[in-house]
Amino acid sequence: MAARNATEKTLGESLRERGVSRRGFLKFCAATASMMALPPSMTSTIAAALEQARRPSVIWLSFQECTGCTESLTRSHAPTVEDLILDVISLDYHHTLQAAAGEAAELARVQAMKAHAGDYLVVVDGSLPGPDSNPGYSTVAGHSNYDMLMETVEHAAAVVAVGSCAAFGGLPHASPNPTGAVSVLDVVKHKPVVNVSGCPPIPMVITGVLAHYLIFGRLPELDAYHRPLAFFGQSIHDRCYRRPFYDKGLFAKSFDDEGARLGWCLYQLGCKGPSTYNACATMRWNDGTSWPVEAGHPCLGCAEPSFWDAGGFYQALSVPTSASGMTVLGAGAAGALVGGAVAALAKRRTKAEEARRQPVTVDELEQKL
Amino acid sequence: MSSLDEIPVVSGAGAPASRELPLNGALESVLHEVRHALARLVGTGETTKIDLKSMPFGPGDLDRLIAFLGKGEVQASIEALGPTRVQETATAGVWLVDYLNSEAQRLALHLEIAHVPEILRPQPQDLDDAIAVLDARLNRVGGDPPPTS
Repeated sequence: MAARNATEKTLGESLRERGVSRRGFLKFCAATASMMALPPSMTSTIAAALEQARRPSVIWLSFQECTGCTESLTRSHAPTVEDLILDVISLDYHHTLQAAAGEAAELARVQAMKAHAGDYLVVVDGSLPGPDSNPGYSTVAGHSNYDMLMETVEHAAAVVAVGSCAAFGGLPHASPNPTGAVSVLDVVKHKPVVNVSGCPPIPMVITGVLAHYLIFGRLPELDAYHRPLAFFGQSIHDRCYRRPFYDKGLFAKSFDDEGARLGWCLYQLGCKGPSTYNACATMRWNDGTSWPVEAGHPCLGCAEPSFWDAGGFYQALSVPTSASGMTVLGAGAAGALVGGAVAALAKRRTKAEEARRQPVTVDELEQKL
Repeated sequence: MSSLDEIPVVSGAGAPASRELPLNGALESVLHEVRHALARLVGTGETTKIDLKSMPFGPGDLDRLIAFLGKGEVQASIEALGPTRVQETATAGVWLVDYLNSEAQRLALHLEIAHVPEILRPQPQDLDDAIAVLDARLNRVGGDPPPTS
């Protein structure tokens, strides 16, 4: 009897071949439930489903990105549940991780598409120059990102856009968007798309989506931005351990004041937690060690659309995002004359700041170091 | 003859003092959840697991909770995909189950309200295999043929 190939084996069989006992499998399922933000009572259900699940083929495309999303997924200090999940999917193409290069690498992608037509998952990190943009801004093996994406998703079961660049355009999309960057969802209209936003996304959320597909054979429930509700259903603010200080009106007003030392709310230092939906407050980073707010830094809102263009990182949400906004408000309240005066004042302040600015050269920096 | 009720339950060292630590809202909520789960265990036998890793705890909250729960008499360790440490708390029926990988990094941390934590019990499929495995071993050492049931 011919040996079955890797994707034909069930996950239970694959793990058993690796010497994982049933208790070990149960532990794996407990960790998977925790990773997927599912209640621990579902451990037995997950065990039964995973026992019979088959390894899905995954094609990973990287476009206009910094590789931070791949780093997030793979830079673990030691084997983790994420590694196990990665071991039990069949990652057939990932041009950063795969050993093959050039034509052999592209052949692997085409072969995986043919062998698993209709069943494979496409993971994308990075935005891409839109169909009307100059394709030369980003190409892989001579193909434009747009052509490669559309060819690859044609027979895919679903697409997972990993990171804020793939999900919303991210940094390449920031004003003035020189490459005409668009998100995956802007161009892929005929396939289910899941956005796993974040800059980078939490690694457990990436693998959690893959695990959900593996366990339930379908994609998770999504919010209005196509993000999985299990991880993006609640705001950072609602799950923040500093929330009681917000409710009591106790705020840090600078990074070194008494409030900051006492761990008070960082809202007035620009925290975007109230308008940001992600799982940082519960899943944390670096193997669950901490997260930005616990380290004393406001949330930047990196999992939300256009977070680069949403005003200053250190401006409170209640502060208007630009001087022109203040001008408009001023004009509305006190007439065009006053508005004009406010605008002139803002302009004069900007000029004064520019005059006072003292640029530092690289040589000067090196001398100081 | 004395009854079991007359035997005092002794908690681990430091537990009584730790119970006096102030609790914040998040910890109190978890403890009330444990209280309800215990009532269900006693009333209907239903077990409950609480994932402590998914709680929005602040710095030090988890340590405070574990100190408050204290240590009971039973400890167990399982070696499967790295160590798993099981610790009975000072409250009978409330277990702390700490799932670690081979590098001792935490994969999951559960409070399990049960008579015995699930991971300590043999898995049903393993029990099915156990008789066949034992029969095979007995046959190898030349013992009497096992009776069929």
